[in-house]
Amino acid sequence: MPVSVTSSRIIYDALKGVGVRVVSALPETWLVHLIRMAEDDPEMTLVRLAKEEEGVGISAGAHFAGVKSAMLMQNHGFLASVNGIVSCAQLYRIPLLMLISARGEFGERDPWQTEGGLVTTHVLDALRIPTDRLDAGDQVAKRIAKAQTLAHSASRPVALLLGRDLMWEDA
Amino acid sequence: MKRVDAMRAIYAELEAEGRVVVTIMGAVAAELQGLGHRANFFYLQHAMGIASSVGLGIALCRPELKVIVLDGDGSVLMNLGGLTTLARYRPRNLVHVVFDNESLLSVGGFPTATSTGTDLAAIAKGAGVPRTAMARTPDEFTTAFAEALRADDLTTLVAKVEAVGPAAFVTDLSLLENRYQFQRHLQSLKHGA
Repeated sequence: MPVSVTSSRIIYDALKGVGVRVVSALPETWLVHLIRMAEDDPEMTLVRLAKEEEGVGISAGAHFAGVKSAMLMQNHGFLASVNGIVSCAQLYRIPLLMLISARGEFGERDPWQTEGGLVTTHVLDALRIPTDRLDAGDQVAKRIAKAQTLAHSASRPVALLLGRDLMWEDA
Repeated sequence: MKRVDAMRAIYAELEAEGRVVVTIMGAVAAELQGLGHRANFFYLQHAMGIASSVGLGIALCRPELKVIVLDGDGSVLMNLGGLTTLARYRPRNLVHVVFDNESLLSVGGFPTATSTGTDLAAIAKGAGVPRTAMARTPDEFTTAFAEALRADDLTTLVAKVEAVGPAAFVTDLSLLENRYQFQRHLQSLKHGA
């Protein structure tokens, strides 16, 4: 599977580096290594979800409890979480660090991913969620740290889109 | 059984030290506030379906606290998968109460699927929740709730209640005031732990 282990490790280490100790996730291909790293790490609490919206609640609870968290999901999982983001995280000013795999962009071979790819950034914009991209390994640590800083200073959700060039190693 | 009477019967347990209460919106939140708001009560006044997820997040991060989620049939039906996540992580410090009035009371009383036979205790059991119970009378409810607190294991307790609620759902407690007070309260418990 050409999902980048190297990039997954860089992302995981960056999350650990900013103090994330709870990760909620719903598996998708690009996230498999990241989720395994969280599972193998005794310092990390991994919550495998049935639906991504639950992760908003998990992060809210972790925040109240004084623990930093992150959500790992596909962009379609983000789309499935919108009411939780609006009616829990935004209504109650909960900092959310969302790492969203940006499926359906240039290079996408799976037809079923393409429609979500067209609307993801527009929905993020409509929700006024500050967003940046992770497309290269040397961007990762700094952008994750900055995203988390804004999430907490603004008490709002922020998003980092994980790009194909970072997550996928084409032969 | 009226929901407000059921909550009144367990109110002393809800406000006790080391307890954390997360409720859904609507009648549950308004009635509990009517009984008396406390700093350890958080009312998720929207985002139907994920009150139990908020409770799970707290329970996993703070195993020294006892988390009580006051849920409802309409909310649980919006996130049945959440029961499987609860069961999967089996927080032994969480009691999940579902007030089942078989209706979406706060939006006009439209009947939910529990009015036509859906059994949320059976669904919770099927999801893997280790302890489940159904209560139809105040005595059954208070007994089952006390057992759940003592059991030290994840419990989903479904309480069949009448579809009646308070005269008003909006209270004078602001959402953000509640949220920050609740967070500070949890922090103060951490410092005292």
